[in-house]
Amino acid sequence: MKALRRTLDKLKPQFQKGGKFEKLHSTFDAFETFLFVPDTTTRKGSHIRDANDMKRTMVIVVIALIPALLFGIWNVGFQHFTSLGETAVFWDKVLYGLGKVLPIIIVSYVVGLGIEFAFAQVRHHEVNEGFLVSGMLIPLVLPPDIPLWMVAIATAFAVIIGKEVFGGTGMNILNPALTARAFLFFAYPASMSGDKVWIAEKADAFSGATPLAEAATSVSSGKAIEFSHSISDMFFGFIPGSIGETSTLAILIGAAILIITGVGSLRIMLSVIVGGLFMGGLLNVFAVNPYMEMPVYIHLITGGFAFGTVYMATDPVTAAQTNKGKLIFGFLVGIMAVLIRVLNPAYPEGMMLAILLMNVFAPLIDHYVVQANIKRRLKRIPKPVKA
Amino acid sequence: MPKTIKLSRGLDIRLKGEAEKTLKEVPPRLYAMKPTDFIGVFPRLQVKEGDHVKVGSPVFIDKYRDNITYTSPVSGTITEIKRGDKRLLLEIKIEADGKDEFIDFGAASPAGLSNEELIGKLLDSGLWTMIRQRPYGVVANPDVKPKTIHISAFDTAPLAPDYDFIIQGKGKDFQTGIDVLARISENKVHLNVSTATKATEFLQCKNVIINTFSGPHPAGNPGIQIHHLDPINKGEVVWVVGVQEVIAIGRLFNQGRYNPEIIIALAGSEVITPGYYKSHRCASVYEILKGNVIEGNNRYISGNVLTGTHIRPDNYLNFYDSMITVIPEGDQHEFLGWAMPGLNKFSISRSFFSWLSPRRKYVLDSNMHGGERAYVMTGLYEKVLPMDIYPMQLIKAILFEDIDLMENLGIYEVEPEDFALCEFVDVSKSEIQTIIRSGLELMRKEMS
Repeated sequence: MKALRRTLDKLKPQFQKGGKFEKLHSTFDAFETFLFVPDTTTRKGSHIRDANDMKRTMVIVVIALIPALLFGIWNVGFQHFTSLGETAVFWDKVLYGLGKVLPIIIVSYVVGLGIEFAFAQVRHHEVNEGFLVSGMLIPLVLPPDIPLWMVAIATAFAVIIGKEVFGGTGMNILNPALTARAFLFFAYPASMSGDKVWIAEKADAFSGATPLAEAATSVSSGKAIEFSHSISDMFFGFIPGSIGETSTLAILIGAAILIITGVGSLRIMLSVIVGGLFMGGLLNVFAVNPYMEMPVYIHLITGGFAFGTVYMATDPVTAAQTNKGKLIFGFLVGIMAVLIRVLNPAYPEGMMLAILLMNVFAPLIDHYVVQANIKRRLKRIPKPVKA
Repeated sequence: MPKTIKLSRGLDIRLKGEAEKTLKEVPPRLYAMKPTDFIGVFPRLQVKEGDHVKVGSPVFIDKYRDNITYTSPVSGTITEIKRGDKRLLLEIKIEADGKDEFIDFGAASPAGLSNEELIGKLLDSGLWTMIRQRPYGVVANPDVKPKTIHISAFDTAPLAPDYDFIIQGKGKDFQTGIDVLARISENKVHLNVSTATKATEFLQCKNVIINTFSGPHPAGNPGIQIHHLDPINKGEVVWVVGVQEVIAIGRLFNQGRYNPEIIIALAGSEVITPGYYKSHRCASVYEILKGNVIEGNNRYISGNVLTGTHIRPDNYLNFYDSMITVIPEGDQHEFLGWAMPGLNKFSISRSFFSWLSPRRKYVLDSNMHGGERAYVMTGLYEKVLPMDIYPMQLIKAILFEDIDLMENLGIYEVEPEDFALCEFVDVSKSEIQTIIRSGLELMRKEMS
């Protein structure tokens, strides 16, 4: 470690102003701070600081994503062999899944971090750690059969148009990972929807329909919903779907990590669930088709609802920022997600659009919450007594 | 009406090196008056190098409020007038001659004096400067009557001195000080105690409204207390006086002189025997620290670790401070520090495993623990700011200098010290107290 430190100290001057590699300062800084927490001390204000920093915070989110990722890798293999009607041992499934998922992760990180480093360099900023999370979220919300070039384009779009044009980390309006997914959804619908994409190299004869698609078809057919998977399969995640979204259990483990460490907002998670249940219940009451009659809890364990609730809606930059605003934001996300799912047959999955829509409205929600505070403050001023 | 207010938001930072309740006396030899201790003052010197001053002699006055005098805490000789960039007056050093000559301002019972006489006596003796006003944290304006006066009888900051201990035997002077403030403000003095306060000097105080607070830091900050008792609206002025300042004002009327004696707590993990010391305002800390600090690369702070001023070990106590803290400097790299389990790291979040041992006390150094980043996390400041104020929104309003918005979001109610914990917990590692101060300074310039 000491030798490493010495090497870094020796190299450092070349990357600083006036050095040979001055243009790569941000890159050097990113690697240096990755290896060593900087030796900077407090200058003004508080002399001591909390041990938590942006790196730790972002790494915690990545750790919280690992259960969903690992399960996703296995499930990609499991779904593939099941569709072929073959039996395979555990490691075969994992290896097959790794072969599909790992390249997507690598492409997402290489493209995204490459752009982040370039922007940091141009702006003379330090590299922000936000993409550590986005770079993992993007693969997890994509179908396993996605061509890698699409991953690259979507990531570039999300980072440049979704984030950097607004000023970079902390300034973006839309969740970058969902921006990537929405970009693909609208630009390449054939690769992002239908029954074919959710299982890697699926046998043609096998129906690869996700539970949400099955539920949506009941609206047109008018017949009762016939799920080809049991409720427990949906909860544990043995269903086709995006790589990381299928296992509600794995996502709950991630949620527990986020809540215990205090990194993810429990307020948002709970209010999304309440919103979803409320809307589902309302639809039950006024049900005119089988989908509207579907028990509400199924919404929570199918599609991207759980994943979106835990990892996407809680993105602190794009969600509402005030505590009251968070409750309203989450509630409306839940409502919109179920509403889009049930009432708009063109989009079987409503979570992505619900969160993106509410991302846009989050500043407005905050505005009204803050205005209420201002009104409270103005009300306090004693009225001048009339003579 | 006395109120009892229970605060739940905030954070107690558990540090090692709390001051033991023993009192030692270390007479200082060197003193320095620092105009930089007083916000917004334009000092006009009344002395030159080599001059002899008595206790209570004017050393400088405020150019724009020339009735406010800053007087010497000691009798001796002006040895040096130290200036910084652009001739900014930094220190007026005074060496004690050991004679304790003082200017007699005349002992008098506050009951027998008019408001003008009370204020005049405080201004002449220089003790007026012990009264600060909110908003802005400047020395109070003697021409403006305050809405209320607030005295916080407890300090919740890390390792802070225990005022129950400091007040022992000074109940009479404290009561006289209260009587003076009560006369000036027409009985609108609030004494804010903690539920843990036991000292009868506080609890049986007369002429005051005694409010009780409970909760973690910053419950002891006057800013937080005022916010819950009688929030400051636009155009209103509230005064804040510290416990030892009230005692000094009381002594002025009981003894007729400026008595600069204060008790300071010496605390922090690098102090060998932390404890309380009898010293003087503006005195050198050198004598107190000598031989009582663990050798090494240390940071010396006048005040507490959250809001204090970085000083050198041969520097002087800040005018309003009642403690010195010594902690280790943190100027070393830590290999993969962000990835370690962190059993010895203190954090409000539970992202380090140290949260499993909630009673442990920590040695914290001055390391930033990370680089400065964009504002990403939300809801964190709110956890440590027990006010009906949106901290992030206020900070951003200050950063883009939107005067109206700052006013609407409650800038008049805050002081940087109220945001010290926000700064501590901030994962973006920004300098929030500096931002708040710049916002207040901007408002002060706009409004004057």
